[in-house]
This record gives sequence, structure tokens and C-alpha cells, in this order.
Amino acid sequence: MAKKSIGPVRREFVPWENSDHPPFIEFRNVTKKFGEFVAVRNLSLKIYEKEFFALLGGSGCGKTTLMRMLAGFETPTSGQIFLDGQDLAGIPPYRRPSNMMFQSYALFPHMNVEKNIAFGLKQDSMPAQDIEARVSEMLRLTKLEQFAQRKPHQLSGGQRQRVALARSLAKRPKVLLLDEPLGALDRKLREETQFELMNLQEELEMTFLIVTHDQEEAMTVADRIAVMDKGELVQVATPAEIYEAPNSKFVADFIGDVNLIEAKVTEKSDAGTRLVSVVDGFVIDSEQETEAGLGETVWYAIRPEKVRIAQGRREEGQVNQIDGLVWDIAYLGDVSCIHSKVGEDDHDTIRATFANISRMVENPITWDDEVVLSFDRDAGVILKG
Amino acid sequence: MTRGPTWFNITSLVLGFSFLYLPIVLLVIYSFNESRLVTVWGGFSTKWYASLLQNEQLLDAAWVTLRVAFASATIATVLGTLAALILVRSGRFMGRSLFSGMIFAPLVMPEVILGLSLLLLFVAMGTARGFWTVMLAHTTFAMCYVAVVVQSRLVGFDKSVEEAAEDLGCPPVKTFFLITLPIILPGVIAGWMLAFTLSLDDLVIASFTTGPGATTLPMKIYSQVRLGVTPEINAVCTILVGLVTIGVIAASLVTKRQQVQRERDERAAFGADG
Repeated sequence: MAKKSIGPVRREFVPWENSDHPPFIEFRNVTKKFGEFVAVRNLSLKIYEKEFFALLGGSGCGKTTLMRMLAGFETPTSGQIFLDGQDLAGIPPYRRPSNMMFQSYALFPHMNVEKNIAFGLKQDSMPAQDIEARVSEMLRLTKLEQFAQRKPHQLSGGQRQRVALARSLAKRPKVLLLDEPLGALDRKLREETQFELMNLQEELEMTFLIVTHDQEEAMTVADRIAVMDKGELVQVATPAEIYEAPNSKFVADFIGDVNLIEAKVTEKSDAGTRLVSVVDGFVIDSEQETEAGLGETVWYAIRPEKVRIAQGRREEGQVNQIDGLVWDIAYLGDVSCIHSKVGEDDHDTIRATFANISRMVENPITWDDEVVLSFDRDAGVILKG
Repeated sequence: MTRGPTWFNITSLVLGFSFLYLPIVLLVIYSFNESRLVTVWGGFSTKWYASLLQNEQLLDAAWVTLRVAFASATIATVLGTLAALILVRSGRFMGRSLFSGMIFAPLVMPEVILGLSLLLLFVAMGTARGFWTVMLAHTTFAMCYVAVVVQSRLVGFDKSVEEAAEDLGCPPVKTFFLITLPIILPGVIAGWMLAFTLSLDDLVIASFTTGPGATTLPMKIYSQVRLGVTPEINAVCTILVGLVTIGVIAASLVTKRQQVQRERDERAAFGADG
């Protein structure tokens, strides 16, 4: 049997798996306090050259503060930040080799597109013909050639976003910082732009650091994601690992949809762990070993698409099978999501989703059907409280 | 829901405007009076405008007034803009409310008190009173008006625009001149014009702080009126009213045109994006 791995493999780029690989950006025990409020708490993080790295979290989790410390707009209360081996302490924003694309785009309203893009190059006193060449290259790269002479207020939201991107890329910074760069765009344009960003990053071979609250965006563009909560890193891993192997209830719940089942450990062996649902008493058999002791209460997290649903009742004596009653159905076109009641309480449901791969279905599942929910031994993850 | 004006609206409008403008209209009419008596109409003439040009004293006063207004408006604009920047930008600092209160106090302080206190200061310092003291006094009270105008412009200012400039390698002071100043320039210009106008027509503070050889136009007019109004004074006032009117109309035309242009641009941009 072939060795199984988690999720699709993106490319042969895994510097984080080699502990000797020098980091390009490093946060070392960084803390940032605003008065009494701790925005970032003793945080350490390594980001590698040419990586597309995402900081993901809800509002107020400290992700933007972390990025602004790297750009130099905030000073860490304690700890150090290194970029390409250089300690950034005491270096003002205008001497840092990073450039930032702002959430509000922050275009200069009194300058046209060309002058906006050339602004950073002029600060470096680059020769005029080089500036001209670089600006026209950036205009071509972001497809803004025919708007070169326009002022920002003469552009649409999508065009402004591209000007902001071109301006922050023009100086070829060592790292590009993107602060919620696509927040103001509508859904279609946002998805297009995500792929454009990925292509740009590969073409220019630069390190990108993106801050976002949109998990789909983070998963689409990033090589690795850091999930943040209350100023701390909860998990740093590839999108597939974050989704399929969350390390905590918080991450499992924050990323995507999940069924969280409270269960007690009843049996531990080399072959895995057996759990019994606290509320409903069904048995879960997992191939995962756990540190939790016998009798301890844990959470079993299983994604809805990993739960199979079929009409009928469970076979007597089988594990990883649960009897349910169809309670709610959400038809979303591409997928359907079915909530089945597995206990006495109306809220005691388990969600199962499946792709609607056929247009026509014989005897489709409907409300109040008796169904059996089943899943594989490796479908879910055991998480400690 | 549009309704035509009611009788009540029309009456209020007519009464309101008469109250505001009837005195000025009378003044303009009487400046073209042939008669030497201000209140008796003796036929149309422009002779008082001609004799105005011969009146060295009035012309001198006008020249002093313009110089004081120009200098004090310029200094007040620099200081007022700096004060507004600190108030909006520095966030919280020790004594912030005291500072902002002290900047805005002259707005509500009676001019007599302001004038008197400045006079006492100049006397105590042993400064010879004249052009410079009037100019300093005007700077003091015009500064707070500038601060208010510039502050309102700064409140709507996206600070990340400045951060973007610094991020692209531009040091703070250069950022101020390349980015911040051009963006708040309309507010700064409006502040300068306000300060200029305030200085132009100030009588009370100028009377307290001036000395020999630095009589401003409002002081001159006031002292002459006490000896009896001549149609010459009416002519001076008409010219002043004319200048102010032209200024206001020009300013509103420019603003209007900019707005129309902006709306057209925004429509074009909206249409261009598929």
C-alpha cells in the first residue's frame, strides 16, 4: 500500500522542513503592548525566502500589528525582528527593504498612476531612464498601460488595487507585505486577483507576506498559513495540514466547517484509540494515537465531507456508524449539506456534505428519512480540549 | 416631494436679505452721489472715486492694511497648520485638552480683552508700537481660525497615505512637503484667505496695538466717520465690497468646476471597469 499524505502537494518547496535552512524573516520572542492591551504575545516565527506566507485570524488577533512591526510602523515592546539576517531594531520604515500594499491602497491622490508608481524609485535617486523603464514594466505587468496618465479618483476599485500593487512592487523589495489587499473587491475579481498574485510571486521570485481574515484567500495563495488568536500563533502549517490536521479545537472550528463531538477515551492500543460519544453513546474507532489518558474527555473533529450518508440503519456491532434522522437540508448547487439528528436534543446533529455529481437522483434523501452516517478510521482528528 | 415656495418662504427670504444687504446697497448707491452731503441725493457722479486717488492718507492706510494682512495671514497659516497637525496627529499626550482649549480660546474671547492684553504685553516689553505689533496681534488671533479650518481638512485624511510614502523610502519631513501639504492645500489656502480677511477688517485689536505711522484702513475710516461721513468713504467701502464679492464668486466658481470635473471623471472610471 502506498504511503498516504495529506492533501494535494503544491511543489517541491518545503524549506521549513529543514531545520538548517536559514530563515529570511524571523520574529524572535516578539511582544507588543498598547497600554495594558497585549496585541502580540511572546511570538516567534520563521518565514523563508520566496515563500508566500499568510497570517490568518479574526479582527484584533494581532496579525496586522505583527506586519506593521515588520514594516517599521510599530516598535516591538520586546523581542527582535530579523530580515535577511539584519536586526531591524531602530531602522525607520523609509530605510527598510520591505514594501507594503495598504488595505485602503493609500494612493497619492494628487499624482497620476505613473507618478504613483515612480514615487518609490525617485526616493532611491534612480536615473530617470531607469525609472521610466521600470514604470512601464510595472504598468505592463499589472495591465495598466492605458491608465498611466489618470489620477486615482479616475480609476475603478480594481484598477486602484492594481496601481497599489504596482507601486509596492516597483522597488523590487526583499519582501512584499500585503495588508488585506483584496478586501474591497467583489468576489469574482477577488478570485481572479488571487491567482494573479500567485503568478506574480512566482514570476518575480519574491517573498510575500499577506494578512487576511479570509480563510479561502489564505488557503488559495499561501504556501504556509499561521493561524493567530489573541496575539499568539495557534498553528503554522501548509493549508492542507491546517485543514486536515488541525492542532486544536480553535483551528478546527476556525478553518472550514467541522463536526465537534465530545467523547471519552475507552481503549488505547498500537492500532489506535476507541472513543465513546459523551452525549449519545456511539463508538468511534480512530487509527490516531492520543496522549489523553483512559477516561479522559477529548474532542473528535470530523469534516462534514468525510461523513458518508445513506438511507437505512446501522449494522449491529459496527463502529464508526451512527443512526440519524434527517433534520435539515441545505442544497447549495455544487454540494448538499445534510444535518442529521443523532440524539434527543434538536441541536444534537451531525453534518454531512456530498458533491452533487449527478443531476438526477433516484430516491433522494429527504426530511425525516432514517439514515446511517459512517466514516473511515482516519477521517477525523482527536483533539484535547 | 418638491413644492413651490409658499408665501411664508418668500416673505422670510425677502425680509432676511433686506436685513442683510439693504445697508450695503445704500452705501454703494450713495458712493455715486454728486452731492457733498452724504444723505442727500444730488445726481450720479464718479467724482468721489477720482478724489479718492488724490487722498494720500487713505491710500497710505490701505497700503499698511494690505501689508499687515498679507504678513499676518502668512505667519498665522504656518503656525495654525502646525497646531492643527499636532492636534489631529499626536493622539493623546499630556495636556492635549489644555492645548486645544488654548488654541481655540481666542475664537470666543472678546476682542477688547485680546487687544488690551496684547497692548499691556507690548508696553511691558517696551516694544515700540507700529506695523510689527499690529501684525503680531493679528497673527495671534487669526492663527486659531486657520487651525480650525486646516483641522477639519485633516480629520478626513487617510494616514496610511503618509505611511505609504515613508514605506517607499521617503523621510518624514520630505513626506510632509511632497504628500501631506499638497493634499491639505485647499484647507491651508482657505485658512490663509480667512486670516487675510479677518486682518483686513479688524478695528478693535488694531486700535489697541498700533502706534504712530501705522494706521490701518478700518481705523482711518472710523476716525473720519467721527468727523463726518464724506462720500469718499462710501467710495472706499464700495471698492472693498466689490473686491470681496469678486473673490467669493471666483472661489465658488473654481470649486464648482472642480466638482463637476470630478464627478465626470468618476463616472468615466465607473463605466470603464467591466
